[in-house]
Amino acid sequence: MRHLTRRIGFYLVALWASATLNFLIPRLAPGDPARALLARMHGRISPAALHALEVQYGISHEPLYSQYWQYLTNLAHGDFGTSFANAEPVTNVIARDLPWTLALVGAALIISFLLGTILGVAVAWWRGSRLDTVLMPAFTFISAIPYFWFALALVFILGHSLNWFPSNGGYDIYSYTPGWDLGFFLSATQYAVLPAFTIVIGSIAGWMLGMRNTMITTLSEDYVLMAEAKGLSQWRIMITYAARNAILPNITSFALALGFVVSGSLLTEIVFNYPGIGYALVQGVQNKDYPLIQGLFLIITVAVLVANFLADLAYVVLDPRVRSERG
Amino acid sequence: MSNGVFRASALPLLEIKHVSVDYRAESGTVHALTDVSLTLERGQILGLAGESGSGKSTLGYAITRLLKPPAEITSGEALYYPRSARQGTLNGAAPEAVDVFKLTPGQLRALRWRELAIVFQSAMNALNPVIDIEAQITDVLRTHQPGLSGRAQRARAAELLRLVGIAPDRLHSFPHELSGGMRQRAIIAIALALGPELIIMDEPTTALDVVVQREILMQLIGLRNDLGFSVIFITHDLSLLLELADKVAIMYAGRVVEMATRDELKQHPRHPYSYGMLNSFPTIYGERRRMVGIPGAPPDLRAVPSGCSFHPRCPLAFAPCDRVLPMLRQPTAERPDLAVACHRYDPALSAAPLPSDEEFAASYAAAYQAEREGKGA
Amino acid sequence: MASVASAATESGDELVVSGGRRGFWRAVTSNGKVMLGLIVVIFFTLLAIFGPFFVGSDVNAFGLDRSAPPSSAHLLGTTAYGQDVLAQVVVGARASVALGFSTGVIATIIAVIVGLVSGYVGGWLDEVLSVFSNVFLVLPALPLAIVLASFIPYKGPLIIGFVLIITGWSWGARVLRAQTLSMRNREFVTAAKSTGEPTSRIVFYEILPGMIAVVVAQLLGTIIYAILAEAGLEYLGLGDLRGVSWGTMLYWAGNQDALALGYWWWFVPPGLCIAVLGAALAFVNFGIDEIANPRLRTVRAEKRRTRGKAKEA
Repeated sequence: MRHLTRRIGFYLVALWASATLNFLIPRLAPGDPARALLARMHGRISPAALHALEVQYGISHEPLYSQYWQYLTNLAHGDFGTSFANAEPVTNVIARDLPWTLALVGAALIISFLLGTILGVAVAWWRGSRLDTVLMPAFTFISAIPYFWFALALVFILGHSLNWFPSNGGYDIYSYTPGWDLGFFLSATQYAVLPAFTIVIGSIAGWMLGMRNTMITTLSEDYVLMAEAKGLSQWRIMITYAARNAILPNITSFALALGFVVSGSLLTEIVFNYPGIGYALVQGVQNKDYPLIQGLFLIITVAVLVANFLADLAYVVLDPRVRSERG
Repeated sequence: MSNGVFRASALPLLEIKHVSVDYRAESGTVHALTDVSLTLERGQILGLAGESGSGKSTLGYAITRLLKPPAEITSGEALYYPRSARQGTLNGAAPEAVDVFKLTPGQLRALRWRELAIVFQSAMNALNPVIDIEAQITDVLRTHQPGLSGRAQRARAAELLRLVGIAPDRLHSFPHELSGGMRQRAIIAIALALGPELIIMDEPTTALDVVVQREILMQLIGLRNDLGFSVIFITHDLSLLLELADKVAIMYAGRVVEMATRDELKQHPRHPYSYGMLNSFPTIYGERRRMVGIPGAPPDLRAVPSGCSFHPRCPLAFAPCDRVLPMLRQPTAERPDLAVACHRYDPALSAAPLPSDEEFAASYAAAYQAEREGKGA
Repeated sequence: MASVASAATESGDELVVSGGRRGFWRAVTSNGKVMLGLIVVIFFTLLAIFGPFFVGSDVNAFGLDRSAPPSSAHLLGTTAYGQDVLAQVVVGARASVALGFSTGVIATIIAVIVGLVSGYVGGWLDEVLSVFSNVFLVLPALPLAIVLASFIPYKGPLIIGFVLIITGWSWGARVLRAQTLSMRNREFVTAAKSTGEPTSRIVFYEILPGMIAVVVAQLLGTIIYAILAEAGLEYLGLGDLRGVSWGTMLYWAGNQDALALGYWWWFVPPGLCIAVLGAALAFVNFGIDEIANPRLRTVRAEKRRTRGKAKEA
């Protein structure tokens, strides 16, 4: 699969680029913000971990290329450094918080993409109908609302005033402990409703409008006209002929917009004090916990790249032209 | 190319009566078709020829009800005589016709493909790029013959490919894996799936090279002889129709200006425009092959010239041509199957003898000369 | 985000509808969405320019009337520090609009240069630039912005603008590259090339004017991104906390638990301004998309299934 090999190659380049950015930013930043903070770590963590941090932040007399190499090697071994705040490895924080974000953002993204795509197909098919003329401006407006502000409004109305849904945290911490039991799972689901709703509402407009555009372009293709001439049912024309082709460019857009949506989702977590990566990130910012911020940036990048790759796989499954591409 | 022994019966399959189509554009209404009437007989190949914008494709799409806004059928009827009606005629009863323009969406879906199939201009764009050829054949079968088993559908799909000269192992190919000629054959196979009475072909071979084009057309004639369907063949390439069609309608600016049998047209075109088209040649460069040989350009359909719309370009135009619209009429009493819309054939308007090929040739030659001098000046 | 064709061939015959550049501007002014959006955008622009002259000199000064709901004295109420919310919204408009527009313009200029050069020149330069912009595209912008902003000790609009430019140019570059590729072999480009025009002239005088609709769409999209992302960064406390902008207003509102305390008048106005301005820009954008791609236009009172309905003769 030449196509997929090339994509994987590109993701490795992107990953390398983000790691290198991580390495360069502390060195290029004016002043030396890490040095003072690092000094506080003496005695709190092992000398090896301290050395790794010194390499990471350029507080070392070793030549630059050697620091760079050590940094990359550490990353490759899954060593993301030590968090300043709790003197625990960044990977621990990630292991604790990432599942929350993956579950919340992953589920919300899939729901919003599917719903947005279906809505886009519908408004393009019944173009000019009331559905179309109402949904289009409404979704244009929604697409311009900052996620976190929408989240704030939801917390205020549904969380505080009406008290319909919990709006603070990831589960009922007084009744459950995280684990594989139903009560915890239901509690977590209940707590995820509002943040997930925020992410769905925040991102659905983009998918819908994108799908509407490509769908309308596809509807004027000859093969759709021929499907109609064949006397096929409206559903068959709409789905197998029009939507099936129109979705392809949107899968690419989906992959490309992921970084943007993930960014919005992180802010959403912060509003809801949701125990995921986004919340950890803002805490890192508040504590000037550089290793944590950088480690989280890397893991978010990896997550986005993996999601991109999944989108590539979906594309390959759906488009026979890419499948048999040899060039 | 020869039509072989096949003879069209004299029973009508489709009667188009006074059909007009408008495109409503911001800059004005375009009269793409004006008052077009045609009769297609069972088993016949009817050619529609004309320059770009003559309305020939619009007519094809109008018959299939595939025109989209801003195009609108403003008047006329398209009477289709279904197969069962043929039985009725044999028993002496009057054939029962349906007006395609009045069908409900459900009736239209039932008519489509089972009775009336269409082959589009560009084979690459007419096939769904993401599903394989078999699925594009079987979805027709599944829709129109729901009783057919999956196995029977697949067998029929293979049979259809074989019919158009494609090996059945291509069934699971996707359109992009086929050559241009194969794609066009595949589309013809899809068109044949339900054994339709009528296949409308809109420039089906324009994009193909001459050899492949010829092969496909030969095959088409063979299939027509075997299966007995009728064809409306739309093209700007009149020479193609002279080999292929039983009857030819020449269109200009949204109207039919001449109707003739192939042999008649070949031997003696009656309308000055027909003569010009027949003796012109397509340029070999440029995306849209454009006729040269008739001075001037087709009219802007938002403002069609008064009288005969061809008169500004016509070398034989005379007094009434820019004022009086010529109707289709028989040029001579002894040929009732011919019709031409030209005042030169109207004894009430023109005292001059009917135009001969020599007169056409001489007048066109003079027109070229004038055009060249006009350009030189 | 499809905005390609400026001419569409109707399905039936060879009827070609095309719009020149003058037709484009006429279409812009007669499109309802565009006009509505433009009016709102102009309103906020005027507000940003002239508004601050009409409110007090220091909208950040603490007042005695704290956390007061909207009243005739304070039309939009006051903050927990006794600051007038309306005055802050007006002054904040300047920071938010100026930053959004200027970063949008700069990021778009970078996108135009990278996209056009990459698409037109091709070869290894294109490969490198494409990989480069694609990498920036897949890197999650906000976390990257947070990393950048957290390492830079200076806080303020300049650093936020810098971060937004770094993270905001790549989408446009990608779109414009694709557009350039499709125009590279058009006749007028070939003609210009054969008359020996220098490459830079061909790219910026022959190709660029033909893509003006796409460039405008990218510019608007980038401004929307910049305004939203600016608000996000400032909400996280990465902006200049002594300055006043819609984002920092939201930061302080969050910081003082305005939400839990029910001070809705504190956090609703700045967020609503962001949403309305963003939506207005998006409306202009969709309108332009419709003009550039006539197929997207809504055909009124037309259902697909009843097309070609015949009338009695």
